[in-house]
Amino acid sequence: MANGKLTGSEIVLRVLREEGAEVVFGYPGGAVLPIYDALFQQKAVRHVLVRQEAGAVHAAEGYARSTGKVGVVLVTSGPGATNSVTGLTDALMDSVPVVCLTGQVPTHLIGNDAFQEADTTGITRPCTKHNYLVKDIGDLARVLREAFYVARSGRPGPVVVDLPKDILQGKGSYAPPPARRETHKSYRPQLKGDTDAVNRAVELIARAKRPVFYTGGGIVNSGPRAARLLAEFARKTGYPVTNTLMGLGGYPAEDKQFLGMLGMHGTYEANLAMHHCDLLIAIGARFDDRVTGKLTEFSPGSTKIHVDIDPSSINKNVMVDVPIVGDCATVLTQMIRRWEAMKYRPDRTALARWWKEIDGWRARNCLAYERTDKVIKPQYALERLQALTRGRDVYFTTEVGQHQMWAAQFLKFSRPNRWMTSGGLGTMGYGLPAAIGVQVAHPGSLVIDVAGEASILMNIQELSTAAQYRLPVKVFILNNEYMGMVRQWQELLHGGRYSESYMASLPDFVALAEAFHGVGLRAEKPSEVDDVIREMIAVDRTVVADIRIDQTENCFPMIPSGAAHHEMLLGPADRASKPVSEEGMVLV
Amino acid sequence: MSDDGIEQHTISVLVDNEAGVLARVIGLFSGRGYNIESLTVAEVDARASLSRITISTSGTPQIVEQIKAQLRRLVPVHKVSDLTQEGPHVARELALVKVRSSGEKRVESLRVADIFRAGVVDSTSRSFVFEITGSTDKIDAFIRLMEPLGLVEISRTGLVAIARGEKPI
Repeated sequence: MANGKLTGSEIVLRVLREEGAEVVFGYPGGAVLPIYDALFQQKAVRHVLVRQEAGAVHAAEGYARSTGKVGVVLVTSGPGATNSVTGLTDALMDSVPVVCLTGQVPTHLIGNDAFQEADTTGITRPCTKHNYLVKDIGDLARVLREAFYVARSGRPGPVVVDLPKDILQGKGSYAPPPARRETHKSYRPQLKGDTDAVNRAVELIARAKRPVFYTGGGIVNSGPRAARLLAEFARKTGYPVTNTLMGLGGYPAEDKQFLGMLGMHGTYEANLAMHHCDLLIAIGARFDDRVTGKLTEFSPGSTKIHVDIDPSSINKNVMVDVPIVGDCATVLTQMIRRWEAMKYRPDRTALARWWKEIDGWRARNCLAYERTDKVIKPQYALERLQALTRGRDVYFTTEVGQHQMWAAQFLKFSRPNRWMTSGGLGTMGYGLPAAIGVQVAHPGSLVIDVAGEASILMNIQELSTAAQYRLPVKVFILNNEYMGMVRQWQELLHGGRYSESYMASLPDFVALAEAFHGVGLRAEKPSEVDDVIREMIAVDRTVVADIRIDQTENCFPMIPSGAAHHEMLLGPADRASKPVSEEGMVLV
Repeated sequence: MSDDGIEQHTISVLVDNEAGVLARVIGLFSGRGYNIESLTVAEVDARASLSRITISTSGTPQIVEQIKAQLRRLVPVHKVSDLTQEGPHVARELALVKVRSSGEKRVESLRVADIFRAGVVDSTSRSFVFEITGSTDKIDAFIRLMEPLGLVEISRTGLVAIARGEKPI
């Protein structure tokens, strides 16, 4: 090291440390043996061994989303890299900063169909924010630093760095990073909103009579300041606030100005407020199809303001009137300053009328369900989970499906970075590895994966990871023996023909937990739920709780595909009167 | 130009001259279902290692705005310029056209080439290869005229284009 020559592997570890990466989630293989050898001989960077590469990427996602830092993955060439594609696509869709180091065959063998060779850069090009193949050790440090910059800047996302084995083994000179960060030659996201646009927006906000704040994952990605500024602005104006699935926690859920989540399974009041508002203030959300429903009938009478750091999200699905490219926290600061400088005040009379209308919708109590002591209703299980974890230092992840929607409806988040879910891609099998990543980042906290029994089997092997590192994650399975969401759609759209949605031959989850050195618990009656939750929390080990829920329960409210916000179904009785249209049938 | 709202746009993209950048741009178009009518690419600045990609695409105004926004957010992209929207610009194509004929038709093909200021870059006793540069319309017209005169093969570049005036991209 005196002459500045290090192996490629040593350079990799040096740069990881410089970039503040303390943990790497990975799985070894031939192409990455040099890095694993270097890892073994140092202590600054820790490695968490997963059991399948998808688990590594989801763990890095959970780590990143719960801390705001970049998650780091290390996988080998060929199948290691291809197994990570789902996780990378997930991170891209949900804007999670991940740097994924993939091994590759030596440079002279690339393109030769060598053992465990895959065209990793070709395969991951469309599913990453950017990717690199390092062909010269002189580029290695620069490329790695750039990868971290790209992953965390602007709209965060996954970056792959493909590392041929000869680069890792060869020696090259290493220079520490320049004292002052150079600006990137082409990629420089805009953080500050255009002043005229911001001023126009704030004037509209002041004059609105039926406004609503529609906020999403951008608030979480911007950092904790963004959530604080949103709360400050909401308090100053007194306006209602709704969150997307990805934005939960960006605004305190128990605040009286919160309308609940909006969208396909959002609350009645949130969706109707969006439909009937005269001013829609979108901050850090992208007008996803789960939120808008039928585009031609989405929020028909409103003027729309859209704050987003990604210019390509603006005017993509929904044409807006005041687009503002910028970072949420920066633009919110600009807006609050302008509001105060102009001494704006909301229209109190109009606002009182608007809130009265909203309270009328709230009175519908759209999340009500049939309470019974004969069978555990999934909503009941989640209500009890919320009650018994309220006020605690707790993080939630979920898998995908009905349980995910119920979790979004019934868990109440007061701050960001506490809710990790796969929104854009909807990846079953996300929750358990993500929970592992969260637990690694927050060793003393309570981490709960709300799962369905179908989803949990997709990455069940990660229970072994949890056992190895003594990560006391809690897997809370809402077990209805069906792929619930698929079954619900088959009931609604396909005449109740439950094709391949019944989960046959399920394992005994209690025995399974114990086989993986964990604790297994089961609840079959409502009266057993509280005890199971309490024990799950109290025991300092990995726990799998098998909660046997009502098999027939469907998730409401629901805006069927192709329908508009005001055509929401509120319960099973609603279905008969509103058949799904031909266009709706082809939508996912 | 716009019936059912579809417009043709010529877009210039200044990118890093690095492996995979062209694949990335093309992947963007194919992945999102955008139209590529023609595409040319070459290095234009060796010192700064920059290439220029000129794409001829078509779509509704909203789609074209999306295309530009999606291109701009690619990491190796330095600048995106919509020449169709930004004002007067010069757009040219080059084509190599092989015509096989004899007698009257052979003579006529030479006359047509002369009218179009196309040069002969290959000749045998039974064929010519003409080189022609010009607007897309001019080249299309030349090819149409050559069809009855023994046209057998065409090789065309896409459009290259540059804004008029003194300001660079």
